[in-house]
Amino acid sequence: MGNFRYFTDGLLRQNPTFVLVLGACPTLAVTTSAINGIGMGAATTFVLMFSNLFISLLKNLIPDKVRIAAFIVIIASFVTIVDLVMKAYTPGVYASLGIFIPLIVVNCIILGRAEAFAQKSSVIPSLLDGIGMGIGFTLAITTLGSIREILGNGSIFDIKLVSENASTILLFILPPGAFLTYGYLIAIFNAIKSKSNI
Amino acid sequence: MELLKIIILALIVNNVVLAQFLGICPFLGVSNKVSTSIGMGGAVIFVMALANLVTYLLYNFLLVPLHIEFMQTITFIFIIAFLVQIVEIILKKSAPALYQALGIYLPLITTNCAVLGIAILAIQKDYNLIYSVIYSSSTAVGFTLALILIAGIREQMELSNIPKGMKGFPISLVTAGLLSLAFMGFSGMV
Repeated sequence: MGNFRYFTDGLLRQNPTFVLVLGACPTLAVTTSAINGIGMGAATTFVLMFSNLFISLLKNLIPDKVRIAAFIVIIASFVTIVDLVMKAYTPGVYASLGIFIPLIVVNCIILGRAEAFAQKSSVIPSLLDGIGMGIGFTLAITTLGSIREILGNGSIFDIKLVSENASTILLFILPPGAFLTYGYLIAIFNAIKSKSNI
Repeated sequence: MELLKIIILALIVNNVVLAQFLGICPFLGVSNKVSTSIGMGGAVIFVMALANLVTYLLYNFLLVPLHIEFMQTITFIFIIAFLVQIVEIILKKSAPALYQALGIYLPLITTNCAVLGIAILAIQKDYNLIYSVIYSSSTAVGFTLALILIAGIREQMELSNIPKGMKGFPISLVTAGLLSLAFMGFSGMV
């Protein structure tokens, strides 16, 4: 049971998107629809899981002085794998995520977890932490994507909720909508957190 | 004319922070004061132009002839980290005054996704060397512009009464949203 805590930490108490506010670039950029959120979340979770796993396995072999460079090489390798796999099997999602797939390399969630957690923890907690953080990130950006898709396009997961001619709040699909929705979601999250003391 | 179009597009219409969402971390993190955001902006302009120059040459004269374009992400991030280190060492030796001004912001640039992002975008857009460097430097000036604007607003906001839950990131994000809305007014200009 003790290890399970590492998994749940990332979901709520230390949610990377709403509490730590890490990885804001993909959070804002790709959340024009719910399905994009899931795609980006899955790609990031994969990289996070394996980079945490490998860094905790190799932590005794990596000299302290070059650790950041070594972490970046490990992360970049997994990002390249994700990039090639998504290009081959999910070309639609790959096209709409565009440049933000290679940019997972500089996503601060991944380097942040490597530095703050994986390099000083053993293998199982690191792996669980990676999965928990990844799923927390996925849930958060899928929520953001769903809200923006419902308000801006009148649909969710490409299923139309309103008639074809209904006018939607286009602003939420456009860049300003990303900033506004994210800002208000963090505010709501803060309010709930301070009320319930979690 | 073509060049002017690239400059205006990169600087204002497709502003790197407010329309393309690159470099959000320093945008939210370092934008408390106008003076620090000018320092950060200067460092970004310098590194971004240099990084684009080097990544362009590397991609076209090393990765393409060897048919290892898939190594793009790894090589680019390494080059950027390397360049930042080199720039830091050179500035420390040759221009101590400039180093004092930019010093603390330089290491932060490695993780600024705008630098890697623009290097990859310039390759995707198939620009030649001159266009690529001009594109990246005007993008970096656009980044500085957005950073200074939000820093100015946040300095004023220190004095205002913000609801408890909105303090910190939420109010900055909402401000950025309104700025982004203002920048959308420029679309269709070019």
